Amino acid sequence: MPVHELEKSFQQKIDNEVKIEPKDWMPDAYRKTNIRQISQHAHSEIVGMLPEGNWISRAPSLKRKAILLAKVQDEGGHGLYLYSAAETLGMSREEMINDLHSGKAKYSSIFNYPTLTWADIGAIGWLVDGAAIMNQVMLTRTSYGPYARAMVRICKEESFHQRQGFEILLVLSRGTAEQKGMCQDAINRWWWPSLMMFGPKDSESTNSDQSMKWKIKRKTNDELRQNFVDMIAEQIKVLGMKLPDDKLKWNESKKHYDFGEINWDEFWQVVKGNGPCNKQRLDARKKAWENGEWVREAAAAHAKKRAERQKEKAA
Amino acid sequence: MNVIRKFYYGDIPEDKTGGTIVSKETKTDWPLWEVFIRSKQGLDHKHAGSLHAADAQMAIENARDVYTRRMEGVSIWVVESKYIHASNPEEAGELYEPAVDKIYRHPTFYNLPDEVNHM
Repeated sequence: MPVHELEKSFQQKIDNEVKIEPKDWMPDAYRKTNIRQISQHAHSEIVGMLPEGNWISRAPSLKRKAILLAKVQDEGGHGLYLYSAAETLGMSREEMINDLHSGKAKYSSIFNYPTLTWADIGAIGWLVDGAAIMNQVMLTRTSYGPYARAMVRICKEESFHQRQGFEILLVLSRGTAEQKGMCQDAINRWWWPSLMMFGPKDSESTNSDQSMKWKIKRKTNDELRQNFVDMIAEQIKVLGMKLPDDKLKWNESKKHYDFGEINWDEFWQVVKGNGPCNKQRLDARKKAWENGEWVREAAAAHAKKRAERQKEKAA
Repeated sequence: MNVIRKFYYGDIPEDKTGGTIVSKETKTDWPLWEVFIRSKQGLDHKHAGSLHAADAQMAIENARDVYTRRMEGVSIWVVESKYIHASNPEEAGELYEPAVDKIYRHPTFYNLPDEVNHM
């Protein structure tokens, strides 16, 4: 079949909501876009463990420690689901990890911000995971089968993350004046970076059109961001806290909240690697990889020995 | 140009020839395993996903950690991905063609009087 015929039948499948599976023919650009998006998503889950891991040993109670451990372990699991999905497109795990370590592959910029107080762990669960869920719920319907399936699994697990985050803040919001202050401060610092998680404005996003046509994405950055603002602007009332935006206001005619302008200079600075923790995060990942070298080697050696022993037994 | 790539098994592209992205890795990594989970006694094992592990024992232990953190399983099967053979989607037409015109294999093909219609 000539290429344009293949492309036509490919687009037809997408239009008819038929999922694309690994063995199916797909345009190179579709494969590439998915590899890029899924692997960067995987990297985000893995790097995302770092800011939270920072608080595991300092969580205020045994209960909170156990919860945070479970959450961070989930993020590791999510990274693995996604790496596996990306591998079905033909890129090896090791290459993806190399690309992360060399800086060639990006991860979500949000993880380049520091976690200064315990309230940050609440704000991350509520805002950062909340923003991620917005995106991920959409992606359960993405056109590439393995990606969609990974997202279904992830979404099931994520809702606990957001709820535990909100609960941390709820407890603080009902606490002492100092705890309330801590709660508000964390919200102040995490609000704008959370909005940036949805990416550049639609008018400036280069990959969006094609991704929509291929149903890799099903909502635009701005649509998702608006949904998120509408949700959080209501939820914050329960906390009795304020979002740090004077322009935040319900717009009756649009049936949406209006909100202020994001600091795009900051966004691009962090993307380019000049965020508060970019270097620290990458260094931590590289160190973990290097320090794990002997474990990987030992496991391989052990497996080899065991296989040989079994062969001897059989002989 | 050969645009139709033949893949070994469903989820694992042969020789890792992923379009223009050609794997440069030569070092042998831990092999890839496919994981199947039985969610409760009486149900089939169902494909849950894949993971890397040095051997079967480690694959089962990793599968426990990755796919059953919330009691999703009571039994795990793992098999190295390279041992799975899969049908080719390009040949789906011919492969399933024999079933297409045999609607009499379905119970709804038979119109029966109302009295026995719950048969």
